[in-house]
Amino acid sequence: MADNKMSTRDLRAYFHKVEALHGVTLGFAANRVTAIIGPSGCGKSTLVRCLNRMHEVVPGASCTGQVLLDGEDIYAPAVDPVQVRRRVGMVFQKPTPFPTMSIEDNVAAGLKLNGIAVSRAERDRIVEESLRRAALWDEVKDRLKRPGASLSGGQQQRLCVARALAVEPEVLLMDEPCSALDPISTARIEELLLELKENFTIIIVTHNMQQAARCSDFTAFMYAGDLIEFGETRQIFTTPARRETEDYITGRFG
Amino acid sequence: MPRVKTRGFSVRAVGDRIFNLTTLAMALVILALLAGLTVELFRHALPSIKAFGFGFLTSTDWDPTTDQYGALPFIYGTAVSSALALLIAVPLALGVALCLSEMAPEWLSRKIGFLVELLAAIPSVVYGLWGIFVAGPWLRDHLDPLLAQYLGFLPLFQGPQVSVSMLTASVILAIMVLPYISAVCTDVFRAVPRSQREAALALGATKWEMVRMAVLPYGVSGVIGAIILGLGRALGETIAVAMVIGNSPQISASLFMPSATLASVIANEFVEATSALNLAALVELGLVLLVFGLALNIAARLLVYGATQRRFQKPA
Repeated sequence: MADNKMSTRDLRAYFHKVEALHGVTLGFAANRVTAIIGPSGCGKSTLVRCLNRMHEVVPGASCTGQVLLDGEDIYAPAVDPVQVRRRVGMVFQKPTPFPTMSIEDNVAAGLKLNGIAVSRAERDRIVEESLRRAALWDEVKDRLKRPGASLSGGQQQRLCVARALAVEPEVLLMDEPCSALDPISTARIEELLLELKENFTIIIVTHNMQQAARCSDFTAFMYAGDLIEFGETRQIFTTPARRETEDYITGRFG
Repeated sequence: MPRVKTRGFSVRAVGDRIFNLTTLAMALVILALLAGLTVELFRHALPSIKAFGFGFLTSTDWDPTTDQYGALPFIYGTAVSSALALLIAVPLALGVALCLSEMAPEWLSRKIGFLVELLAAIPSVVYGLWGIFVAGPWLRDHLDPLLAQYLGFLPLFQGPQVSVSMLTASVILAIMVLPYISAVCTDVFRAVPRSQREAALALGATKWEMVRMAVLPYGVSGVIGAIILGLGRALGETIAVAMVIGNSPQISASLFMPSATLASVIANEFVEATSALNLAALVELGLVLLVFGLALNIAARLLVYGATQRRFQKPA
């Protein structure tokens, strides 16, 4: 079993006074895909949003506990959330290309941040490499100057993957990245995951249990803000230890 | 015969048609008013148009004693005072709007937003009085000397410093249009979807980078709209400007000098117009102001349209 790239310790998340996560302790293996499954409202999204400090962006949201990235607590007082987000990238449920930017500007959007100067040639190289990694290059290489929003939904989502990859994160969080996509686009994203885990640690939230079974190495099942069970995907889906997990994956509830 | 039959399809169709015609008539009234206004202005301005022709727009001579009328000083005064007012107000308004929509916590944002909008409720004559008694003398004593000292090499900041001047009028105008621009911009920025902001933040953007990357580009057409609204106010503002601009029909490079605008001269001279030609000339100034405003609005619309068509496509 690979080392943990990230882990949480007794992570509790709050919206105002309401506790949405009741102390989650969980490890995410390096260069593996970890899926988080569970019914709506169980805290899956909240959990991943705590992993790159996006949770606190919502007014009234806060959390306690530890989130370790390479052994360092990203919630330590001296840590700048902006730096955390550069190392832990994120792809959202709905594609979010910047509507005023061209395809290539969308991919390069993160490069301009924090005063990182890249030469024109370097920028072009990163744009191409990121689009190739996101399996979008062949479809858009002749229209890089067209608006990002001119692409189809599935292409937009892969554009967002490319945009997240361009800043070379170490961990990629995906919050139900396929929920707005058709089956073909979903399949492309899933293929992508298998390629990307060579270089990145991937944590994916999904509603789709087949998806979790197909493309993850580890699976965490959550229910009502608690981590119910965590293990290798095969084990979770064939011999779950907990009754709730079995009920959920066999479709008895949720 | 069953009663249900009376509720046929045609009844509803007639109701719809009546509704359509009524609303159409209401919409046409607006057009008719605008057309009527233009025709009336044109009719009353006719003696002046006949007397001076196109020279009216290019002549700098405005002299009721000799019945010579030229609009250029007022066109100049209107253009410069409005432009300067926007130059001051737009950065301030954007700052206020960004503070309210991005930085300030909810409770503070509401309070400040309310206070800023309250500025719009102050009658313009009160601004005028404040300009005469407070702002004008303060600018003369404090800002003008500084400008003359450090930027005095520019013709803009040369000559005697008086409290009623183009600069004072522009500052007052800026304060008056500020709440309109900032209120609209605040709403525009608040309407930027959370997903856009989060997309920028998740890439590792700081708050300012998020504003530049996600908020401003998304809101650009709304911001232009807000500026047009402010410009419209600045162009037409009459009484406050008339009180502080000095009402002197001259074109002077220095912002310290008195000037006059289309609106201010109409307000000042209309009741004491000496001749029929004087009256007609004043009406023609009104016509010029109307055309000025329409042209600017159309130009700005085209600008927004061009910007949105070319660069902005909503996600499918």
